[in-house]
Amino acid sequence: MPQLEYSSPSTADDAVRALAAAGGSAKVLAGGTDLLVQLRSGRIRPSVIVDLKRIAGAVGIREEAGAFVIGAATPGAVLGEHAALSKAWPGVVEAANLIGSTQVQGRATLAGNLCNASPAADSVPAMIAAGATCVVVGPKGRREIPVEQVPKGPGETSLAPDEFLLEIRLPPRPPRSADAYLRLIPRTEMDIAVVGAGVSLTLDAEGVITAARVALGAVAPTVILVPEAGAALVGSRLGDQALEKLDAAAKAAARPISDKRGTVDYRTNIAGVLARRAATIAYQRAESRA
Amino acid sequence: MSKQHVTTTVNGDPTEFLAAPGTTLLDALRDELGLTGAKEGCGSGDCGACSVVVDGRLVCSCLMLAPEAEGRRIETIEGMAQGGRLHPLQQKFLEHAALQCGFCTPGFLVAAKALLERNPDPDETEIRYWLAGNLCRCTGYDKIVRAVMDAAAEMRQVRRAS
Repeated sequence: MPQLEYSSPSTADDAVRALAAAGGSAKVLAGGTDLLVQLRSGRIRPSVIVDLKRIAGAVGIREEAGAFVIGAATPGAVLGEHAALSKAWPGVVEAANLIGSTQVQGRATLAGNLCNASPAADSVPAMIAAGATCVVVGPKGRREIPVEQVPKGPGETSLAPDEFLLEIRLPPRPPRSADAYLRLIPRTEMDIAVVGAGVSLTLDAEGVITAARVALGAVAPTVILVPEAGAALVGSRLGDQALEKLDAAAKAAARPISDKRGTVDYRTNIAGVLARRAATIAYQRAESRA
Repeated sequence: MSKQHVTTTVNGDPTEFLAAPGTTLLDALRDELGLTGAKEGCGSGDCGACSVVVDGRLVCSCLMLAPEAEGRRIETIEGMAQGGRLHPLQQKFLEHAALQCGFCTPGFLVAAKALLERNPDPDETEIRYWLAGNLCRCTGYDKIVRAVMDAAAEMRQVRRAS
């Protein structure tokens, strides 16, 4: 490995300076579960690695006026152990906790999962369904963008080389709201999603869905938000008709590839199935909060 | 490429070492500190043979850069037996023949210890899921799972008696 440097800045500004100084040849390190693999395989050859973990707030979860702010280097295990977060956002937490093994959970982060930009990233459909935003820091300061604006294609993000993701924000939750994430894999754990589906919804006092967001993973070059699928649920009590419309909208939005994990037809079909099942779980969770 | 000076705690002892920025914690443990219990199986976080505990968190030391260890508290398999006295998990692995070639064993022991510290009474499913990131090509896992359950039972009994 030629001339690699390791930098662990203690402020976000220092991290931006370190990234800018490297002129595009730096890589940001959070949990490292993707970065180290890419580094060791030679797929990436950065000149400097900028570790976020010493920046105040980069590891940990805080509540701000009903919103949850999750530091970019917060590992999945910490999310799962956070009772309030797990209660408010069970879908996001279950999605994050599906990634890898116990060991990987000790390191892997939501921000890393997002910035690794895999179309099959498990936490990303759940975050997009949740309406999560992220705080991006760069030389011009901070900007907050929806999570769905980060991935541009497999392994590609919209972030500039001198920008990094500092934190992820999950918005305040109205009453009778819940989310869920499901993925299909051919075994029970430690695998990459063939298809993933995240659903987040809010009910009124009569059990009618007033807001819904649906996102799908592994059926397009990026995880996709499917507004038509969310719209199919609004105004319903998740009856058969709404579920059929959801299924059709999810299938219509899916434009997967065929690979060793599944064919175009299979993935398209499963996108509908998982969207329905995730919506059903989210609905039951929301109802149980009434 | 200059090496970085890293100050850390390994198995309770203050420890310093030099590491090139791109080397992993696993390499530093094995090559700089001579702690060769943690093994490199896959080098990509899939097999768990390099499992160590960092600040109370089970991780793959192959997926962590050595300089990241600065100021951290690291526990490895070498710290498991106390003064030549085997940890109950180690003893039960022997009794149940929960190993054959032994390459995965340090990782399994470190991971199983981390489980029993969180959950002293795991059921078989919980053990199998917790240990899903540790691969063994010899045993077929059943003996490992039985050894962990037996060690957990014994540790609970000792705790009740004390």
